[in-house]
Amino acid sequence: MPIPVIYNLRSVRARWTSAIVAILGIAGTVSVFVAMMSLARGFKMTLVSSGSTQNAMVRRAGSTSEIDGAVSLEQVKVIEDAPGLARSDEGPLLSPEVVVIAAFPLKSSGTDANVQVRGVSPMVLRVRDNVKMVAGRFFQPGLNELVVGSHAATSYRGLDLGDTIKFGGGTWKVVGVFDADGAAFDSEVWADAHVVSQVYHRPENVFQSVTAHLTSPGALDTFKDALTADPRMTVEVDRERDYYDRQSQTLTTLIVVLGTIVAVVMGIGAVFGALNTMYSAVAERSREIATMRALGFGAASVVFSFLIEALLISFLGGLLGCLLVIPLNGLTTGTMNFQTFTYLAFAFRVTPELLLGGIAFALFMGLVGGVPPAIRAARQPVSVALRAL
Amino acid sequence: MVRVDGNGGAASLIHVRGLDKKYTRGGEEIHVLQGLNLDVDSGDFVAFMGPSGSGKTTLLNLLGGLDVPSAGTITVAGDEITHMSASKLTGWRARHVGFIFQMYNLIPVLTAFQNVELPLLLTKLSKSERKQHVETALQLVGLGDRMKHYPRQLSGGQEQRVAIARAIVSDPTFLLCDEPTGDLDRKAADEIMDLVGRLVKEYGKTVLMVTHDPAVAQQAQVTLRLEKGSLVGAPEGAAKP
Repeated sequence: MPIPVIYNLRSVRARWTSAIVAILGIAGTVSVFVAMMSLARGFKMTLVSSGSTQNAMVRRAGSTSEIDGAVSLEQVKVIEDAPGLARSDEGPLLSPEVVVIAAFPLKSSGTDANVQVRGVSPMVLRVRDNVKMVAGRFFQPGLNELVVGSHAATSYRGLDLGDTIKFGGGTWKVVGVFDADGAAFDSEVWADAHVVSQVYHRPENVFQSVTAHLTSPGALDTFKDALTADPRMTVEVDRERDYYDRQSQTLTTLIVVLGTIVAVVMGIGAVFGALNTMYSAVAERSREIATMRALGFGAASVVFSFLIEALLISFLGGLLGCLLVIPLNGLTTGTMNFQTFTYLAFAFRVTPELLLGGIAFALFMGLVGGVPPAIRAARQPVSVALRAL
Repeated sequence: MVRVDGNGGAASLIHVRGLDKKYTRGGEEIHVLQGLNLDVDSGDFVAFMGPSGSGKTTLLNLLGGLDVPSAGTITVAGDEITHMSASKLTGWRARHVGFIFQMYNLIPVLTAFQNVELPLLLTKLSKSERKQHVETALQLVGLGDRMKHYPRQLSGGQEQRVAIARAIVSDPTFLLCDEPTGDLDRKAADEIMDLVGRLVKEYGKTVLMVTHDPAVAQQAQVTLRLEKGSLVGAPEGAAKP
């Protein structure tokens, strides 16, 4: 039978001042690690949740994002007849869209931030069924009216319901606020695509992308094959969710890499903290260890016992780190989306998987910091250590 | 009967022949024990005396399998321990040796009950059997009412009694006591020696004890003197039964 765990529990409690150093080191590392990962997760989820699995996005072949896309009216007509496209009594469910960037002053700082102004079709709410109007009404086609995303409405001056604002050479009235359930659209401003094109002097009847609502998620292949095989079309068709997933990758990767580097550097420090704590535990308890060995507990039992102790300390550190970071969940922040050069609001997403990952990271640090002292504990000569004071 | 002349029979409980222990310190070889012979029968109570550095504790460590000799053999109840692997020796210690240390060496974060239970965790006894054994041992040393006390809540004499209970709880073949009263006042020391004496007389335990204190050594049936790593002179009190 191994050395009873109660011995380790009480030893940690008895030497709590030393243990607390290791616990805090590990807690700090885990909280930074989980916070960075939840930031990346939040950014990714915000963009990915913008895309629906039942929507397809059609862009000019070779365009990297909708900003540099171009789809002509003739091509839109072809898309309208494509198989797999959902239709309603009001016509096919698609939204030819144009995207421009306008600068609005942030309420918080007064400085300008780029906002994505999306010219959409009046059918857009049926195409993107995750977007709901929460205040006011939808814009009337042909008028300089805006509906703004819930985050945009609260973040920028001049975008409150009923406000009138000038940009792009036109004067606009905010007639409604929509909510996209945390998706990137919440940071956008929507208006009639034709009006946006006119105000910005863009070519008439040329859009940057077309978002099409499919009869089912499985209809994408049929829809895509029909369009890409058509000689009149030089377009690229993606599932909308995949498109936004790709859009999120650059910044997500950047945050993950940076977060990992920071966590590794802090982790090395935390491991040294754990090593220090465990080495001093071994030094202070050399006579106890020798007594256990004299009583007949084997070297493996001693190693196991000290590893358990190191893991216990690191688990407490991991737990504390996770508890520290949980309040960040849902906290909204924002950054530049480097694909569109617009400001994108997103929230920290502290998921159970990330918390488990944080605990696993803590246990790993405990293991690395616990093995060498545990081996030293088992190797010290019993007859000498028994007489240690 | 205790013999140091090397003529004891192989049937003795502890059978030591030509025991040598050398250390190398700073390039210099130090002979701690030299060619030591010893025979101890079951039920003997032997005290080792001698000046500091004479090799008393080293001898005890070798007999208890805590250290390995440079030469010679130690056979206990037919098992030659000098050539056992470290892990075998660990198991052997658990079954055959009860240690009593000068500083008691109790685990401070465990109660008296848990300290005494430690050696039993290495046996196949069930939890209820362990409890019964621990209670019996603690009652035998007069601490049946202190089972839930931590070492810091006990006096030195009481701590040493707990250590004695821990040493006897698994009914080992022999007890090794390293200055068992060295940290106690006279009264507590007398109580401890009375207890050790009872273990020998009433329970037939074999005890080997190192001490500096002649009064404590007197409690033993036989006193052996160690000087510069050798047993010198005839066993004192060897005629005592």
